[in-house]
Amino acid sequence: MSGDERSGERDWPLWEVFVRARRGLSHVHAGSLHAPDAAMALRNARDVYTRRSEGVSIWVVPAGAITASSPDEKDAFFDPAADKVYRHPTFYEVPDGAPHL
Amino acid sequence: MTTSGELAPPAERPTGEERFEALLAADERIEPRDEMPGAYRATLVRQIAQHAHSEIIGMQPEANWITRAPSLRRKAILMAKVQDEAGHGLYLYGAAETLGVRRDELLDHLHAGTQKYSSIFNYPTLTWADIGVIGWLVDGAAITNQVPLCRCSYGPYARAMVRICKEESFHQRQGFEILLTLSRGTERQREMAQDAVDRWWYPSLAMFGPPDGRSTHGEESAAWGIKRFSNDELRQRFVDMTAPQAEILGVRLPDPALAWNPGRDHYDFTEPDYDELFRVIKGGGPCNAQRMERRVRAHRDGAWVRTAALAHAAKHRGRIGPDAESPTTDGLRAAAGSPEEGVRA
Repeated sequence: MSGDERSGERDWPLWEVFVRARRGLSHVHAGSLHAPDAAMALRNARDVYTRRSEGVSIWVVPAGAITASSPDEKDAFFDPAADKVYRHPTFYEVPDGAPHL
Repeated sequence: MTTSGELAPPAERPTGEERFEALLAADERIEPRDEMPGAYRATLVRQIAQHAHSEIIGMQPEANWITRAPSLRRKAILMAKVQDEAGHGLYLYGAAETLGVRRDELLDHLHAGTQKYSSIFNYPTLTWADIGVIGWLVDGAAITNQVPLCRCSYGPYARAMVRICKEESFHQRQGFEILLTLSRGTERQREMAQDAVDRWWYPSLAMFGPPDGRSTHGEESAAWGIKRFSNDELRQRFVDMTAPQAEILGVRLPDPALAWNPGRDHYDFTEPDYDELFRVIKGGGPCNAQRMERRVRAHRDGAWVRTAALAHAAKHRGRIGPDAESPTTDGLRAAAGSPEEGVRA
């Protein structure tokens, strides 16, 4: 098929799909899909990502609506947490035998 | 995380390329927004697209038997399997899109013949037994290829493969069961099963690609952690797994040289005809023209549906909400609200 034949046709928007596997768990990113609107995105997500009962709840989010941290600035971005080891319980010395600590 | 009280010294910020190499060296995954060499990206796009196209084209030889499945049970199973193939194609197009290509571009390449699909789907499904053999041999070979891809260095591809491999094992077992039923049936059913095995054995071996000496992308892909085993290693693994299964099925693999070699701890076997493989890849297989014609026609015939769905979405945009009048109001309402309304309100 030549490029001309399909000019004017644009693909459906891209959606990111998040699935809650069962009650008590968070929604987790499962993948993406194309759909013309939110309702169809939900239906397509059901057919593409939960054919074997992998979920009890689905979120679909327009891919363009997601703001992500940039991997380029990863080190600088997460630096503030890197030198605060005192936020971890293992930082503290506790004598052997101290109960309930 | 460091657990000592020492503060870590500030590190030099590595370049994108250094970070890429360091991630590979640590057997970590590369994720979509990481910097990566152009050739790594191009190799992944080519491989994932080829893989996605194979899933989509692979629906055709199987769909050929949906209307003639021998029982309602077999028909329901086959429809579920063909639907899985569509799903696999969609997971993979999704993974390819994280590399910055658009799905419609990839479909254009498929339709123009500038990206390929697996040569195996250019062979015809002549009898019901072929559906059994596709599950047992073709999906079996695919699983052998795909299990190592679950540890591929590119995160989205590896995650798609995990999902696909889980589903493929149903495909392989249902194929094995079809053949087992035929091989325990009448003389004609046994002959049908054997005939299908005879026709599909060598094309299945060819699915692993050319031998290592003639493979064009092997070394680079291995260095990048895209390919964990060579074509010949995977082919050998497949033969070793399949030969004992053939004995249980009571079918004969059409290779007089096939024999266990205790010295190598592997089966010896005859290589497939790689000239035929290249011929079929280049378009000379029995069904290349039919598969492409049908794919392009289906895409063209569906164009109005895609356009109409967009027009419908545009018309309803702006009046989505609890009061929207629409046959799909439930879905729209759920989609329009905040996902965790109860928590965040």
